[in-house]
Amino acid sequence: MSLLRIAKRQEPLGVGGSCCVLAAALALSLALAGVFLALGGTSPLSALSVLLHGAFGSRHALEDCVLKAIPIYLCALGVAVAFRLKIWNIGAEGQFALGAIGATWAALTFPELPKVALLPLMAAMAMAAGGLWGLVPAILRQRLRTNEIIVTLMMNYIAVLLLDYLVYGVWKDPTSFGFPMTPLFSDAAIIGRIGGTTINWGLAHGLVLGLLVWAFFRFTRTGFAVLAGGDNVRAARYAGLPYDRLVFLVMVASGALAGWAGFVEASATVNRLQPSIMVGYGYTAIVVAWLARLHPLAIGVAALLLAGLRVGVENLQLDLQVPAAFGGIIEGAILLTVLAGGFFTTYRFTRRKRP
Amino acid sequence: MSTEIVIALLAATVQSGTPILFATLGEILSEKSGVLNLGVEGVMILGALVGFVVARHSGNPLLAFVAAGLVGSAATAVHGPVCLWFQGNQVVSGLALTIFGVGLANYLGTAYIGTPAPGFSPVPLPGLSELPVLGPIFFNHDPLVYVSYLVPPLLWLFLHATRYGLGLRAAGEYPAAAVAAGLDVVAYRWLGVVGGGFFMGLGGAYLSLAYTHLWTSNLTAGRGWIAVALVIFAFWRPGRAVFGAYLFGGIMALQLRLQASGAQLPSSILLMLPYTLTVVVLVLSSWRKGSSDEPAALGVNVAPVD
Repeated sequence: MSLLRIAKRQEPLGVGGSCCVLAAALALSLALAGVFLALGGTSPLSALSVLLHGAFGSRHALEDCVLKAIPIYLCALGVAVAFRLKIWNIGAEGQFALGAIGATWAALTFPELPKVALLPLMAAMAMAAGGLWGLVPAILRQRLRTNEIIVTLMMNYIAVLLLDYLVYGVWKDPTSFGFPMTPLFSDAAIIGRIGGTTINWGLAHGLVLGLLVWAFFRFTRTGFAVLAGGDNVRAARYAGLPYDRLVFLVMVASGALAGWAGFVEASATVNRLQPSIMVGYGYTAIVVAWLARLHPLAIGVAALLLAGLRVGVENLQLDLQVPAAFGGIIEGAILLTVLAGGFFTTYRFTRRKRP
Repeated sequence: MSTEIVIALLAATVQSGTPILFATLGEILSEKSGVLNLGVEGVMILGALVGFVVARHSGNPLLAFVAAGLVGSAATAVHGPVCLWFQGNQVVSGLALTIFGVGLANYLGTAYIGTPAPGFSPVPLPGLSELPVLGPIFFNHDPLVYVSYLVPPLLWLFLHATRYGLGLRAAGEYPAAAVAAGLDVVAYRWLGVVGGGFFMGLGGAYLSLAYTHLWTSNLTAGRGWIAVALVIFAFWRPGRAVFGAYLFGGIMALQLRLQASGAQLPSSILLMLPYTLTVVVLVLSSWRKGSSDEPAALGVNVAPVD
């Protein structure tokens, strides 16, 4: 008989306690990653220093973090909107690809338009394409009761292949010496940089959209309906909430946000469409959304953190020849430990009294 | 098409369906105990890597195959504490396991890309392989395919004809009743998770040891996710899983043939086929959902409070 027994907490763990659990989870993940580094023959401590210094140690590094955090943030925001209704949208990666495709279509079709017309058109096309990619699994789920986890995931694979098809085929730049990429966008199709930094105005897009999502859940009836529906589907149906329409709405919004991320990435970061824009932001976004417990502000912090991790791992790759896949190990470990740590927010251990 | 081509295609169907079959059966075992494991993709790829590495260093493919199964169990054992002890969400935990497993396999496997390792080659079964049509399709394969023929009936027998199987299904259908009947639900769920992981690991190892005979990053290419979908298509029944796995094996074999024959379609469109088919198959299975054997408590954690 163990000396400890498990009891449900009367009140959920406070902010301080939650932060302790989170910090412990992060430390455990890093320690685990260190073990694998040591297995691969790299000193964990020097790696940690390279990782931290590479991610946060210079102005250039910090700017790189913010640059990567923008698409991760937008995707995570989208994922969180769907998760609020307990719809498992694992498809941010594909919706991101579709957004990039939609924006690219506008950029390549109307290169002569002025910037004030072309950028909004690209954003609209990105949101439409990403939103459509989110709507399909939602319709299948509500009408045919298919599992949205698998459908959204399969549509990721299809979206990446569609992107490949376009850049290897009809959209391929004839002057690219056979490289799979579209021609460079015209100047009007490129989101500019903020002042003298390398950071683009996508950051502002992220802030505004984040604020909108927060306001949607805080102030609107529909936002409240989504939260209620996520808490209890059956009760929401009895209360007369249009559950089907809510599902469609959150999936379209979710896909549109990820699509916007694809638009920013294609327009501001690479200035064209090419397969290398698919680096798994859509999967990182799931880790971020869960880490932040779906709250828009916390998602911003978590997005910066995981963007920093990516930048740091790139440095590991350059300086210590650690394979890039190493980032996945840490991301997976963080998600697992944070998930397990959630236990301590609802349960506590008490000492068993002697009989 | 001539008969020989069709027979060759069907034989290739069985071969490319085999890794998916192992993984699907593993997921059925796990889900029957009530634990949804979306980590199949990550577990499979770890199995593929470990199988390859052990074969390369030991020179013994059979040892490598078993080692991959054990590593599959060990990898899914990560899912256990998170969901069975710490009440973590099973969907998110499985996703994390996939991210973790794919990252780990690609990380540790970098050194092995492009290196050779011994694997399995076809061994025609005496007598049976002489049968017309059926012989070349089913009985002219590597030994692992023959092993895969035995697993579905054995899994069915385990689930439906042993008390452990009954206990495991009870843990997945109605854990509260199982607890009241004196069963250790958490232990049965552990059995489902870890046992399922064993078969997922075997499925991965089949890829590197008998299918491609080499290691590349992202070797599994979504097969783990297809297995998750096939469990639904199979209505959680081992027998139907065979049918589903060969359906996907068929489409993959066909797609390779079409690419090789220089078809007019671009390869990216052909590569979409299995993923599109997965969506189609899910839609089709929703038609007869009433006749499925979905465990009632699938994905629902058992609270630890005593």
